[in-house]
Amino acid sequence: MVHKKTGALALVAALLLSTSAFAQDKRVVTWNADYDPIPLAAAEAMIVDFEAANPEIDVVLTNFDHEGYKNAIRNFLTADAPDLANWYAANRMRPFVEAGLFADITDVWDANGLNESLASSVLSSTIDGKKYAIPYTYYQWGIYYNRDAYKAAGIEAPGEGGVTWEQFLANCETFKAAGIDCVTTGSSALWPVAGIFDYVSMRTNGYQFHSDLAAGKVSWTSPEARAVFAELGKLQPYVTANHAAIDWQDAAAIFVQNKASHYVMGNFAVGVFKEGGMTNDNLGFMVFPEITAGVARAEEAPTDTIHLTSGAKNPEDAKTFLAYMASADAQTKWNAAVGQLPTNSGSSVDAADPFLTAGFASLSTATGGIAQFWDRDAEAEYAKAGMEGFQRFLVQPEALEEILAQLEATRLRLYPM
Amino acid sequence: MTQASDTVAVAPVGRSRGRLNQRVIAPWLFLAPGLFMFAVYVLWPILQSITLSLYDWNGLYNQDGEFTGTFIGMGNYAELMVDPAFETSLWNNLKWLVLYMLALPIGLFIAIFLNQTVTGIRLYKSLFFFPFVISQVVVGLMFAWFYAPNFGLFYTMIEWFRNDGAWIIATPFFLLKLLPLAIFVILIGRITFWAARNAPSRAWSNIGFLPIALLLVFAWVMSEGISQYYQSAWTELVASFAGKGIAILADPDLVTYGIIAAGLWPQIAYVMILYLTGLNNVAPDQIEAARLDGAKGWRMLWYVVLPQLRPATFIAVIVTVIGALRSFDLVSIMTNGGPFGSSRILSYYMYEKALSEYGFRMGYGAAIAVVLFAIMMVFISGFIWKMWRDEKER
Amino acid sequence: MFPRPIQQASTGAQWLYTIALPVALVLWLFPLLGVALTSLRPASDLAQGNYFGMPSGIAWENYVYIFTETPIGQYMLNSLWVTIPTVIGAVGLSLMTGFALAVYGFRANILIFFMFVAGNFVPFQILMVPVRDMTLNLGMYDTWYGLALFHIAFQTGFCTLFMRNFIKALPFELIEAARVEGVAEWRIFWYIVLPLMRPAIAALSVLVFTFIWNDFFWATVLTQGVDSQPITAGLSSLNGQWIAQWHLVSAGSILAALPPVAMFFLMQKHFIAGLTLGAVK
Repeated sequence: MVHKKTGALALVAALLLSTSAFAQDKRVVTWNADYDPIPLAAAEAMIVDFEAANPEIDVVLTNFDHEGYKNAIRNFLTADAPDLANWYAANRMRPFVEAGLFADITDVWDANGLNESLASSVLSSTIDGKKYAIPYTYYQWGIYYNRDAYKAAGIEAPGEGGVTWEQFLANCETFKAAGIDCVTTGSSALWPVAGIFDYVSMRTNGYQFHSDLAAGKVSWTSPEARAVFAELGKLQPYVTANHAAIDWQDAAAIFVQNKASHYVMGNFAVGVFKEGGMTNDNLGFMVFPEITAGVARAEEAPTDTIHLTSGAKNPEDAKTFLAYMASADAQTKWNAAVGQLPTNSGSSVDAADPFLTAGFASLSTATGGIAQFWDRDAEAEYAKAGMEGFQRFLVQPEALEEILAQLEATRLRLYPM
Repeated sequence: MTQASDTVAVAPVGRSRGRLNQRVIAPWLFLAPGLFMFAVYVLWPILQSITLSLYDWNGLYNQDGEFTGTFIGMGNYAELMVDPAFETSLWNNLKWLVLYMLALPIGLFIAIFLNQTVTGIRLYKSLFFFPFVISQVVVGLMFAWFYAPNFGLFYTMIEWFRNDGAWIIATPFFLLKLLPLAIFVILIGRITFWAARNAPSRAWSNIGFLPIALLLVFAWVMSEGISQYYQSAWTELVASFAGKGIAILADPDLVTYGIIAAGLWPQIAYVMILYLTGLNNVAPDQIEAARLDGAKGWRMLWYVVLPQLRPATFIAVIVTVIGALRSFDLVSIMTNGGPFGSSRILSYYMYEKALSEYGFRMGYGAAIAVVLFAIMMVFISGFIWKMWRDEKER
Repeated sequence: MFPRPIQQASTGAQWLYTIALPVALVLWLFPLLGVALTSLRPASDLAQGNYFGMPSGIAWENYVYIFTETPIGQYMLNSLWVTIPTVIGAVGLSLMTGFALAVYGFRANILIFFMFVAGNFVPFQILMVPVRDMTLNLGMYDTWYGLALFHIAFQTGFCTLFMRNFIKALPFELIEAARVEGVAEWRIFWYIVLPLMRPAIAALSVLVFTFIWNDFFWATVLTQGVDSQPITAGLSSLNGQWIAQWHLVSAGSILAALPPVAMFFLMQKHFIAGLTLGAVK
């Protein structure tokens, strides 16, 4: 049974329904989540399936607004913990793990053979040898392009193998002359530009250097880091002006209205593009072009996870639900509804959806490694400093030295030698 | 009429000790609940924040409910000294403080403008006061819409000026160029006029002005160059926004000013009401006496009216200073401190560091709060001192 | 009166003034008018880029939508739950403290008074972490009473200033006479002073209502979910969800602004009296 708190009427309805639930004497599992409307519906469907298979368990989902949740979780984990909570993998969950607020669920992994079926996500779910997360979905990033914009500028759309970096930049010049933004983004919330930076970085220097950069192990003034900014600087003149004042959804509107030709974004944007009127005919996807020849291709695929809290009142049933979420069938269904990729290697992807298929393919053949996105690979404060630097560079490329100096100073403060 | 303050402990005549005791205890009984709440929620937290600023804490308690912070002494303050974001915040707070004072003259001007007794003026006054009554969140959203690139009203207006309305900008430059020439022509006209009237002495006295006239011609020639310079500077400025327009909230140099303008909107309304009330209570006999003496306009305002508005001005200064330094909502709603932190102010920076998604450094945030508190205490002490002096005079 | 009454000026100046008034008002309320118009603009207009042209219809359904599809009704209810107890609590407490500071002379009087005044001016941030922590530990986080308790405590500063000054201006003979009669102090407070305080209570209530309804910072810090967030924080979070849906943002903003505006128009005199106390000698 799902309880969604959305209004006075709903509240009354929920009260009436909950009394009926108590009347049936079910064991309750509480789950706090921060889903957008489409994933929320998928989560509700999953709960319905789970409750059908486990009639004595009642899963109560409380949904928060996405941004407010990032604040709320810090409070409810200590004050009034639910059994299950959404969060993210890798360094992003480290503060909660270190404060002992997420419970160790290595037993769930071992009991359900997840080390094999969720192999790609083992690293990001582990801290200090123990597992604290169940990953159930990830989505790749890449370049989405608008075929109609290509037509308007008179350029041939990219083929199967995408384009080379030089060709991409040359196309950008043509787009600019035609009054179309080559790359659009909305950096008001900062994270969208981190996606662009991550890709340029991984294509220029490879996954390992990028990972070290996020971990604060290498200097921002090193020649390799400078090379990343040099390449980013080639892209800078073609990025939508005023991106610092708009959100990614505003930029999506620009993309949909054929005023921009490319958008470096995650798979979750496809739903938004399609709602804006794009179809499989005019929406295309390609992997980010290679910049330095020979560098193994790495991709960004942030993983969403669910965790068992230390303050859980019903950990046993919660673990049952976790095992269910980790299973191939549940993941297939959820991801099919949301348009993302299941982490379980036994799950299947809708072959008719060109974007999912392309995404799945790009991730399976990414020999270079899978990054979790800048704000999860890097620790929170360092991540923010980095993202502000990237945003600033895209607005004031001439301030490069100052940006690098500040980033380096932050790095030395947070990671003293 | 005696005031309550005149009574202190006067020995009561024929009063029981019980009554006297009651009067000694009574104030404390009345004060107790309010004082208790205030102490718990305001005084004690101030001390706690100061203490917390000496720690490094991420806000989490471990499972047993223990505090997980570590003591680092002045470490947070040392870091603040070299933090560029802190410096930006300080500068921005200074801009806020200085520019917010504009609310006083503008509010006064609007109060004077509205201080008439035409029909419906009460409605006008109420409507002018409107912006103060709505939440700063709503004000922020309104101005975010106003400044929004591509469709915001402000953006559209600027674009119109650039493209269709450029002549409106060019006209003042043009007139400025004509001014010296006009003066010169008038001077020549006067000389001719008096010469033709066969009043050579008057003509000669006007010719005395000829050197000045020549200077003016020289200035006119120069002004040609100056106005060319300004016109080209303007064209350059306009061209620099070509293709992207002026998106106030995206421009690191303009964003703070844009937000301050949004904040001034309700602030001016508040100051306006203060001055309207003050103007209502200006002694009419003083005004009449000054009018009879021939004072009017500026002189009247400066020498007769403003001194009587002093209490209103004092309160206006207090609320404006406090409002400028405490401002938080607008920055939070409009830019979140961006782009890349250029519109940060101390109050918002503290919140970012302590509570936002990438923050949770409660100790560091507390240190920023202590700095802001110290700055404000300077002003608060000043106000209290002035109020104390007023109290003593009573 | 200053400036010179317009009736004494030339007819031309009078006409100019009559025209200048509405023009000035429209310019002053420009952003507000723009947002109000946008709130009634159909979503299709905005999707097609028609922002300032003639709207293709009056979209009352925008308002219907935000009431039925979003928790905005709940948010406004939460605001009421927080605001009304705060008004009662703050005014009640400050009646007592103002009475104590105005009527009795004792050494610490002026010190306590200035402490209340100064406390009213402190930046919220210096209180943020400890108050939030305490509210969390007491289990009052994310409740209307947690937020209301803080506001009651904080507003006591401003309200005490207000009440104390008001009571000071009352004729002291009334209290003296009552004391001569042997009336107990609390009866003096309840039966003599309180009835005289009605205008002050009205003014202060209206002011505190407006301040608390419009408060954003503490709403964000001390509440989180739809169940308890007041309209300011709720609007901010809805704004985060309604990206590029300016018709909804506008409608929500207008709605959020309505109660204090209604309160203001109904109780104008009291509102202004409250704000301008002390602006006149």
